[in-house]
Amino acid sequence: MRVVIAEDLFLLRDGLTRLLEAHGLEVSAAVDNGKDLLEVLTADPSGVPDVAVVDVRLPPTFTDEGLRAALAARREVPGLPVLVLSQYVEQLYARELLACGDGGIGYLLKDRVFDSAQFVDAVRRVAAGGTAMDPEVIARLLARNSGDGALAALSPREREVLGLMAEGRSNAAIAQRLFVSERAVAKHTASIFLKLGLQPSDDDNRRVLAVLAYLGR
Amino acid sequence: MSGTVMIPGSPSHRSAQRPGVRGDIIAAGRGLAFGGLMLAGLGLLLVPVIALILVGLGAGVVIDATALPGIQRAVLGLLLILTGLLMGRLLMLGVLLAVRRLAILTRRLAREWCGVPIAEAYLPPPGIGIVSGTGNGKLSFQQRLWWLVSDPATWRDLLWATMNAVVGWILALLPAMLVGVGLIGFIAPTLRHVIEIPPPAFPGNSPPVLILIGAAFVTLGLAAAPWLLRAYGGFAGAMLGPPGQAELALRVRHLAQTRAETLDSGAAEIRRIERDLHDGAQARLVAMGMALSAADELLDANPAAARALLTEARDASAKALAELRALVRGVHPPVLADRGLAAAIQALALDSRLKVDVLGSLPGRPQPPVESAAYFAVCELLANVSKHAGARQAWIDMRYEHGLLRVDVADDGHGGADPAAGTGLHGIERRLAAFDGILALNSPPGGPTVVTMEIPCALSSPKTSSC
Repeated sequence: MRVVIAEDLFLLRDGLTRLLEAHGLEVSAAVDNGKDLLEVLTADPSGVPDVAVVDVRLPPTFTDEGLRAALAARREVPGLPVLVLSQYVEQLYARELLACGDGGIGYLLKDRVFDSAQFVDAVRRVAAGGTAMDPEVIARLLARNSGDGALAALSPREREVLGLMAEGRSNAAIAQRLFVSERAVAKHTASIFLKLGLQPSDDDNRRVLAVLAYLGR
Repeated sequence: MSGTVMIPGSPSHRSAQRPGVRGDIIAAGRGLAFGGLMLAGLGLLLVPVIALILVGLGAGVVIDATALPGIQRAVLGLLLILTGLLMGRLLMLGVLLAVRRLAILTRRLAREWCGVPIAEAYLPPPGIGIVSGTGNGKLSFQQRLWWLVSDPATWRDLLWATMNAVVGWILALLPAMLVGVGLIGFIAPTLRHVIEIPPPAFPGNSPPVLILIGAAFVTLGLAAAPWLLRAYGGFAGAMLGPPGQAELALRVRHLAQTRAETLDSGAAEIRRIERDLHDGAQARLVAMGMALSAADELLDANPAAARALLTEARDASAKALAELRALVRGVHPPVLADRGLAAAIQALALDSRLKVDVLGSLPGRPQPPVESAAYFAVCELLANVSKHAGARQAWIDMRYEHGLLRVDVADDGHGGADPAAGTGLHGIERRLAAFDGILALNSPPGGPTVVTMEIPCALSSPKTSSC
């Protein structure tokens, strides 16, 4: 799997490269600014990577250059998987990413790199067209919706499953995380969709996007 | 720059321009009212004059008594001086305050009737930071007197009252007098049938002539009324408006006060950041270092314990990062830095537990300090709404017009917010004051509450759009 990294701090860029390569991913390019990133992502159709790992804050503006470049690249190459890393997570940016096409989107705190297995799993998930939302984004979405009657009707376990599902995890991953069977998770999921009035779907990604759309409405 | 600026299109301006006979009559009536105020001022000025005459008289008598010894006359003279001085001292405060009230009333009427806004530039009473015309009752007689006497504006008011006693007759009273005299021309012939009036001295005193002359006077008086009223407004503006220096002094006082408050709050903010860093991230990093060195020592002897320590160090680093994030969010939120005020307020609305609708937009970005002040003000107002208002929904409306950044924060809560109750609104007000911004609260019991802030500022280049 070919990965492009955009990160302006040398130590982090180097660390990310080594981390991904240690897990068997190929880093095809590592750039340190938004302009180069956009070039690498859109220049050559044959050289389009499987996923781009992008820091939000990049030179020359040191604002949201990385995010803008990622969104611009996705407009050029629809569905291009992008995992955005940041020191902060913002609902506003999560919304913009989610609004920019279906799936293949990740938005994580840089801290998540500490847990390399989880992080690489997120990279693979995004590359495969899935979603990886930071637990902090989801926690704030859930807090914002705390006044919602339908959400209040969920059992504590169902809320837990809903949170993990919104992060973009598959039933299997949720089962592993909560130490329950996949069948139990499937049952919870069906119940959640019924209570929230959402259309059930077998497709993992569709399900995640439906839940995120519900929470972000 | 003087305080007399015409505001085109303001209600007062329009009413001063009202055409027709009715407008003329109103103008004459207003002139009459100004004349009444002028006479009141004249009466007030007579008080010190009488006091002075008494003192002079007394002094004369005393001098007379020393020349021609006579103990009774000397005592009488001294008594006169004493009465004069006492009268001067006791009445001085009352006279000065009354003249000031007259001046304040005249300024108001000049604004409402003549369309001439006149700025007030009185010194604030000692020990109180708020500019108010007449002070409060907590000061001693001595303090109050000194406060009035030491204010140049008091002496300008007195000069106005004196000049007014001359000019007022012409500018304010003339139309009413002309009309009055003219009306007598109408009435006199009628009266002559009822009571015996000696015929006027000038020839041609027949009733028709008198009525003609009367009509001419009334017409002249009414025609002149609006012009003279406006002229009186100009005169009042020139005499009662603060001279450039006083206006500058007012401005300097405001700036000194807001600067001191800004420095205070800046220093407090830095102390808070220092404390947060010291107790938070710094302490976590120390713990992390200790756990790492302990792990280093245990690595060979007890790998399991070393592993536990490494996990601990990793957790400490995650917590330190989380604390730094919270700290930075409180100092300069990322979205504000990246995208500016409008987007940061959007982000704030998304993070709020309330349903918050953000309306309006800004054509560009204000200067970073203004952005930051406005952002944290909105932040605090929204926090107030969710804490105290019992609201289900809030609205934030922002726009930029005529060099003013205006943000309204409204909610559908129970209202009755009391600005005196907490320090929150005052804190926001003080921070906005550093930019000459203002905060207005409208919160009737039962709601809705609307808080409006306005900050004069310039906007920079238009924002760039994104996906």
